[in-house]
Amino acid sequence: MDRMAESAPALRVEDLYKNFGSIEVLRGISLEAYEHDVISILGSSGSGKSTLLRCINLLETPTSGKVYVRGELIKMRKLRSGERQAEDRKQVERIRSKLAMVFQQFNLWAHMTVLQNVMEAPVNVLNITKAEAQERAETLLQRVGMIEHKSYYPAHLSGGQMQRAAIARALAMEPDMLLFDEPTSALDPELVGEVLKVMRSLAEEGRTMLVVTHEMGFAREVSSRVIFLDEGLIVESGDPQQVFNNPESDRFREFLAGAFK
Amino acid sequence: MNDIIAYFPLILKGMLLTVEVALLSLLISILLGMIGALAKLSKSRIAQSIAGTYTTIIRGIPDLVLMTIIFFGGQILLNNIGENLGWDYIDVSPFVAGVLTIGFIFGAYMTESFRGGILAVSRGEIEAGYAFGMTPFKVFLRITLPAMVRHALPGFGNNWLVLAKTTALVSVIGLQDMVYKASLAGGSTRKPFTFYCVVAFLFLIITGVSDVGVRWLDRRYSVGVRRA
Repeated sequence: MDRMAESAPALRVEDLYKNFGSIEVLRGISLEAYEHDVISILGSSGSGKSTLLRCINLLETPTSGKVYVRGELIKMRKLRSGERQAEDRKQVERIRSKLAMVFQQFNLWAHMTVLQNVMEAPVNVLNITKAEAQERAETLLQRVGMIEHKSYYPAHLSGGQMQRAAIARALAMEPDMLLFDEPTSALDPELVGEVLKVMRSLAEEGRTMLVVTHEMGFAREVSSRVIFLDEGLIVESGDPQQVFNNPESDRFREFLAGAFK
Repeated sequence: MNDIIAYFPLILKGMLLTVEVALLSLLISILLGMIGALAKLSKSRIAQSIAGTYTTIIRGIPDLVLMTIIFFGGQILLNNIGENLGWDYIDVSPFVAGVLTIGFIFGAYMTESFRGGILAVSRGEIEAGYAFGMTPFKVFLRITLPAMVRHALPGFGNNWLVLAKTTALVSVIGLQDMVYKASLAGGSTRKPFTFYCVVAFLFLIITGVSDVGVRWLDRRYSVGVRRA
């Protein structure tokens, strides 16, 4: 069992399809992510990149296809209505606790302070003691530069501060993989840098990260692999240097041309 | 003035009863309100229609009519069933009938207040709860509920004030609350105006204290919220 976990990729997605009603958003995505990979997922709006990420932690239910997290298949079943649903709720909760997500809109819990936000999930999901959670939280807040604001409420923070707190909240779960859903898209340009800096340090630390982003600089300089989604399919994939300098697909070439206007 | 002093202890006893009825009914209404709100928001069509029927009927019939139906009609119904089962005659106390009725009525209004409050909770925050592996129960307890209180508070406070005043109806089924006492005192002294004024004043005290309480709750649950 151990040997299987060691050689199994951190994440494997097999032939993923996702429809919203009659709209096909993902049309057959397959990918593998290994330990320490930092994968940037690029694409224009509507290409399905956020949906892909959300299918991994089951915030969206795939219409068909398989998701393996660390070699473990997320069990799905078909309901009488034809819809698909996760079969084992406990399995989903367990897997989610090992995949921490950072959202575009931060989604910090407004009625809790920064410190409480970072402590909440470890105490209520991982069942560690409050004292241990607090120690962990303070170390992480120090790491992301938010320790001075630990008693602040989210409403009194800037976007960059909120996102850094959200990153600390994700790290507090000691996840196997971090999922970033357009983490800087809702930020003022001046605040983007401070968040990217934290993300970069995480990558340098060897964290496994899946990052949906529009930040080309980050994609090129920090990721180990770049994936480009167009209309629900992976159209370009590979080493950032290669993909940016010698794009194989026309769509990606167009996308780059538009991005660097 | 002497009459007021003479009858005051009596009226105060009635006030105590009024407050008792109000608080117990409040508890019942909160319980029913929570169940009703969750039923209306659930995916089960059955739960939705039961809750929907409940709120539609209750909010569509005058409280007085409901009160008399439940008290007199309930008494008859209970004893008809009891007869068939061989029970003795059961006397439904006006207190129990009053509390149950008012609790039942305001459960419907609370359902709507709580439902609105739950819907107003940020979907992103709830999603984040699930994304970190929280169970639905934990998400409800730690995220939805605290956030909901702030949104539901104005409606809740309003419902409570109306509930407290509605307790006056129990005087109609013979419960000796302060309105009943006022009618007794006013009748025997032939100064009804005087005593109803006293009762009005006492109601103002109840609602005034409630106001302070609701404002305290509002401040406590609005920590961290940007004032518009």
